[in-house]
Amino acid sequence: MRQSFDDISAQLRARHRKSARLKWISMGALGLAALFLVLFFADMLVKGLPAFQQAKIQVEVDYSEQASQIPLAAVNEDVRPLVSRGYLRLIPGRMRDNPDLLGTTRMEWVLADGQVDQYLKGHHARLSDKEKAVVDRLKEEGRAELPFNTTFFTSGDSKMPELAGIASAAMGTVLTLLVTLAVAFPIGVMTAVYLEEFAPDNRFTQLIEININNLAAIPSILFGLLGLAIFINFFGVPRSSPVIGGLTLALMTLPVIIIATRTALRSVPDSIRHAAFGVGCSRWQMVRDHVLPLALPGIMTGSIIGLAQAMGETAPLIIVGMVAFIPDVTTSFTDAATVLPAQIFTWAGEPDRAFIEKTSGGILVLLAVLITLNATAVVLRKKFERRW
Amino acid sequence: MQTNQLLAMFSGSLLLLGLIAYFLARGKAARVRASGTSMYAQPDQYGWFTVMSTAGPALAVGAVGSFVMLLVGAEIPPLLLLAGSLVVACAGLVIGVAMVRPDFHARQAIERVIRFFLAGAALISIFTTLGILLSIVFEAIRFFQMQSFWDFITGTTWNPGASFLAAAGRAEEGASAAQFGSVPLFAGTFMITFIAMLVAIPIGLLAAIYMAEYAPPKVRTFAKPVLEVLAGIPTVVYGFFAAITVAPIIVGIAGFFGVEASFNNALAPGIVMGIMIIPFISSLSDDVINSVPNSMREGSLALGLTKGEMIRDIVVPAALPGIISASLLAVSRALGETMIVVMAAGMRPNLTANPLEDMTTVTVRIVAALTGDQEFASAETLSAFALGLVLFVVTLSLNLVSVIMIRRFREKYRVNNL
Repeated sequence: MRQSFDDISAQLRARHRKSARLKWISMGALGLAALFLVLFFADMLVKGLPAFQQAKIQVEVDYSEQASQIPLAAVNEDVRPLVSRGYLRLIPGRMRDNPDLLGTTRMEWVLADGQVDQYLKGHHARLSDKEKAVVDRLKEEGRAELPFNTTFFTSGDSKMPELAGIASAAMGTVLTLLVTLAVAFPIGVMTAVYLEEFAPDNRFTQLIEININNLAAIPSILFGLLGLAIFINFFGVPRSSPVIGGLTLALMTLPVIIIATRTALRSVPDSIRHAAFGVGCSRWQMVRDHVLPLALPGIMTGSIIGLAQAMGETAPLIIVGMVAFIPDVTTSFTDAATVLPAQIFTWAGEPDRAFIEKTSGGILVLLAVLITLNATAVVLRKKFERRW
Repeated sequence: MQTNQLLAMFSGSLLLLGLIAYFLARGKAARVRASGTSMYAQPDQYGWFTVMSTAGPALAVGAVGSFVMLLVGAEIPPLLLLAGSLVVACAGLVIGVAMVRPDFHARQAIERVIRFFLAGAALISIFTTLGILLSIVFEAIRFFQMQSFWDFITGTTWNPGASFLAAAGRAEEGASAAQFGSVPLFAGTFMITFIAMLVAIPIGLLAAIYMAEYAPPKVRTFAKPVLEVLAGIPTVVYGFFAAITVAPIIVGIAGFFGVEASFNNALAPGIVMGIMIIPFISSLSDDVINSVPNSMREGSLALGLTKGEMIRDIVVPAALPGIISASLLAVSRALGETMIVVMAAGMRPNLTANPLEDMTTVTVRIVAALTGDQEFASAETLSAFALGLVLFVVTLSLNLVSVIMIRRFREKYRVNNL
């Protein structure tokens, strides 16, 4: 069959159109992923930013004899359901500490109930119409405000949303990550140094290498099963403690640190090693004095990234019991503790709508820390990167 | 005396002994050298060697002792153990100082010890894998002693309901016997993984094609880290997002078309998991596509192919082993993903092909079985380990196949950076 010139050029045009289509589709795929990222962050910001504000109302607090017995009596009946019960509970104690208060009446800014907070932020709130009217009146008089929420950063978990904060979870995260770093960093660096600088190329070394790559791909929840069966049931490490969480996460972070360190060691040129041997260094002296210092920025970058990964990990920690309700900030490595992602998980399960806000607020804090960590790693790499 | 105080005293005296050892040996070596005899090593190195010979055996004795105590349950008084290791430390000190002689290679001895330590550290990763395997296998065996293996593999009802009562010796109070048929769990897992792959593979692959073949360098340096952010977001955050934002949207859309959807539908966790997995596929595929030799591109363009045809018919088929390898890794990641499904998928084992219904997964049941106050020896708790065993075997085989595929690709095109 013979084709006319027009046929062929039409065919060619169609082929080029098809080719252009692939470009646009593939660009669209990338755009879709970026779009999702934007939507995701927008959604989290919209949901979470209000958590950094907390309603306070100005009410008359009457430090009477009766109030030291029944704290509810300290405030007027119409605003009583609007004041946080957590605040009222503290009144008798404060009166004991400060006897001058007895018999005085003061106008004070007090923490409002979680429902008032939701109402002021324009969300649905479980308040009666009468209570809503009172809040509206207070707002008109300038006696209801939404100042910055310091409670969120200074207190631990609570069943009352207005008193719930991330301090205990943040402390738990710090303790857990300290354990993780203390275990995973030395072992990871030592393993990498052995594999890169010392190990002979034999079956055993290959086994270790395959094993490390495989460990990096094992589902994290299985590390939780390991922690439960071996660390808790066999070695008797206390459940829910930063030690057990840190150990479990350390085993997970180990492959990340090993792989990063090996890459860093490999990027140090052999001429450095030859020169060190040439002036009479032993192998360990060569590694300690010449190769490791040069590889250190790469090792640090890898460790920070590994740590950031461990920080966001939740599943294995749930298995080893780190989802406890921790109202107080503890600094012990062996007491029950919780971590930020586990706190987010716990709050996400609370039915109260105010906790959705707290959860998103916690997520924003977690994401901010993670982004900072990763950015630090990138900056470190950019700053110390050397082309040999 | 408190264990903590005891430990503090022990480490204090060991530190002191180490210091003494260092200065004694260094002093002795310095004196020998000052007398004009040439030595194989520096005085410092003799010092460090003696520190090692002091602390090493003592710590080993302490560690072995406490391990024996834990393992066999033999009652060794801690005081005796610590005192014993201190005696060993003193002996080590004496021997170490005695070994400071001109013909002794202290540096090589140190080297050997350090090498030994490094190899020991490298073994820990092996022990981790072994630990995971053993802990899961032993508990799984206990589970299969209670429940038949065949029922576990083929049963279609998962109802652990009253098994914790049976463990507590109150079996008759439970209304129905517990059933552990894992088919619905695996069905749910594969359904959600399948949805995730429907999202992740096309988007990830196309994004990789764009970045490798079309994107100007500026876009590339910007887009790669942005995609990596997707992989860096904690899964618990994705889970919250899926449950609070995506699931209601899906229910709304389904309602618009007159279809009823559960708030714990499988679609929401599937889609969100797919988005999480995009960077896993795109970054590995990107690397693979980049390492397809340019001669193949030039050859096909010279034959008159359009750029689109070149990518479709030459580049992608050449990179296929790598792309498949990336997808397998992604599948293994999706199978083991926990938080997203725990928060967004249902708890009810449900054997259905409708992604709008709620269904549960293997990882959800593992978490459900191990949280809450239950007897550890109950069949429900142990079932978590049986499920974990299956998960381990499946992900391990996927990873191995993936490694083999990528190695084949590497050998074919002789690239070394993958």
